[in-house]
Amino acid sequence: MGMIDQYIYDGTFEGFLSSVFEVYERKPLVVKIVSERIATENFFDEEHTVYTDQVKADRVWKGIQTKIGKKAGDWIYRAFLSEKPDRERVLLRIIKKGFLGHRVTEDYADVDVLRLSNLVKMVGREKHRMDAFVRFKLTKDNVYFAEIEPDFDTLPLNAIHFKNRYADQKWLIYDRCRHYGVYYDLHKISYVKLEISKDINTSEAAPFYFTHDEMHYQDLWKNYFKSTNIPSRKNMRLHLQHVPRRYWKYLSEKQP
Amino acid sequence: MNFERIKEKLNILADAAKYDVSCSSSGSKRANKNKGLGDSSGMGICHTYTEDGRCVSLLKILLTNHCIFDCAYCVTRKSNDIKRAAFKVQEVVDLTINFYRRNYIEGLFLSSGIFKNADYTMERLVAVAKKLREEENFNGYIHLKSIPGASDELMREAGLYADRLSVNIEIPSEKGLKLLAPDKKREDFIKPMQKVKNEIIQYKSEKKLIKSTPVYAPAGQSTQMIIGASGETDAEIMYTSAYFYKQFKMKRVYYSGYIPISYDERLPSIGTEVPMMRENRLYQTDWLLRFYGFDIRELLNKEHPNLETDIDPKLSWALRNLEHFPVDINKADRRMLARIPGIGMRSVHKIIQARRYRKLNWEHLKAIGISMNRAQYFLICDSSAFETKDRTAAQLKSLIMGTSGSKWRGAYSNQLNLFGSNAPLTTS
Repeated sequence: MGMIDQYIYDGTFEGFLSSVFEVYERKPLVVKIVSERIATENFFDEEHTVYTDQVKADRVWKGIQTKIGKKAGDWIYRAFLSEKPDRERVLLRIIKKGFLGHRVTEDYADVDVLRLSNLVKMVGREKHRMDAFVRFKLTKDNVYFAEIEPDFDTLPLNAIHFKNRYADQKWLIYDRCRHYGVYYDLHKISYVKLEISKDINTSEAAPFYFTHDEMHYQDLWKNYFKSTNIPSRKNMRLHLQHVPRRYWKYLSEKQP
Repeated sequence: MNFERIKEKLNILADAAKYDVSCSSSGSKRANKNKGLGDSSGMGICHTYTEDGRCVSLLKILLTNHCIFDCAYCVTRKSNDIKRAAFKVQEVVDLTINFYRRNYIEGLFLSSGIFKNADYTMERLVAVAKKLREEENFNGYIHLKSIPGASDELMREAGLYADRLSVNIEIPSEKGLKLLAPDKKREDFIKPMQKVKNEIIQYKSEKKLIKSTPVYAPAGQSTQMIIGASGETDAEIMYTSAYFYKQFKMKRVYYSGYIPISYDERLPSIGTEVPMMRENRLYQTDWLLRFYGFDIRELLNKEHPNLETDIDPKLSWALRNLEHFPVDINKADRRMLARIPGIGMRSVHKIIQARRYRKLNWEHLKAIGISMNRAQYFLICDSSAFETKDRTAAQLKSLIMGTSGSKWRGAYSNQLNLFGSNAPLTTS
């Protein structure tokens, strides 16, 4: 079994781009880029720890955008957010092919391109779902607050959507799985880490955190959801296909 | 705000509005400006789905369900003994804004029963939209119903605030309209449609000269027809639809399977199943006309006045026109690729991209995601393994149906019986 050069990075996109930089600099024969979260020690592998370096990351990112294209850059970023275990392998191959002049957003018969486009589609679909399923609640501090648990790390993409849409209200969207949030303060968005109490979703605790009208609007929305249904067309299969159960937790219209 | 009273009104007026199927919130170009609220420049978003599987994108309500008309097919008809309610203009504005801020909706779809007269009603719909735009700096999506018979001046104003306008023609044929809505006239529906069409054309030409020309109904206009209430054939429905697309540059025509809401003898009785499969086939046909380059005469004509229920209209066309097949996937133009059963426009696009780099074989086509079950009999690719047998249309149909799990399979044996008992609806 041949030796594999294992590049271990911090799991961030910048870290991944820094790894790509080092792979190009050192030109190892057999290479594997691994996020530290899933890296396992392997007797046969040569390990390198990659330090995330903004300058290197920017150079790689610029190179991707100018040599491979803006669309490819966007695809690579989105596929990265999928957090799938094969993302580093596929993306490194895509970047290599791209730098060699291969059209990585068009050649759908190439396995890596097909996988890339599938990852992009999966992330895009989840991003779109979060744009739809975020349910803000107005807190007593006058911040519209929502929690999400997306399948992939879509919040950076959602942040742009919500910034364009809710320019005149303060809002905070918190990813419960990945333990970080995005806060908009009427001027800019910033990434935040917070302790959010577990009981915030319970109806007992709600009056403590949220405004008086908030409960009424949730109630009106639930009523609207019921009234707009047509029982004689009931089709739960279709309903579940569009709103899978794992998303119900934060949908006010689906609460009892 | 008296939330209890609002809740009561909302229940009545949302329930009455739900038969309007449009929930589109796309196609507008209204971006957020001056740090206002909302943005409808992107693609539409369905914020949730009802248990019947329909998208909920807009707060869809009537301003009031008081109505001076007595159309047989409508729940809000004058003679129907139901609870009536009316929103105040400000109440609709507050509901819309508060729902929007919580990310429940993309905007408002406001319709109304007709009280006093057409203009009086239209004026109030316009007042809601105007308040939202001018007082709340709201850039979300607004769909206003054009009230049949409303004046040109009001329709002009409506389009300045709304993203989309629509008038439902409801009954596909004039004879049906006469039977079911004797106090309504076709001209009354056409008049606001014509005005909106002209305004859009005028806006587009003025915009070229003067950049600051105020936007007029950027998401265009749409209409809706009820299916299965007045005995029209699929051909009658789709020719009417094609006419409205062409004549009034409609963005969408919606088809709404009739949901029995009355014991009126002129209509299918309560308990009759909603013709959902037929509705689905009509939408498929609509898509073929708008995106796949088909002409209505190819799909429906004197020999084929109704769509087949057991197979989709594209497969049905292919089986009637086997002389065009098999199509060579590596050579055919976009138009012909789009006509292969089992290949959608997304796949057409991918095939055209991918074949620039290599000849495509079955493996490639599978990976691209075409429906092999249907497509395999209608194409050749870079492979010596292809369908060589000269099969008849009937043989192909039974082969394909034998392996396909149509979502209608359960429904359709039922529906055939149903149509059998109701002569005008019989499908071939």
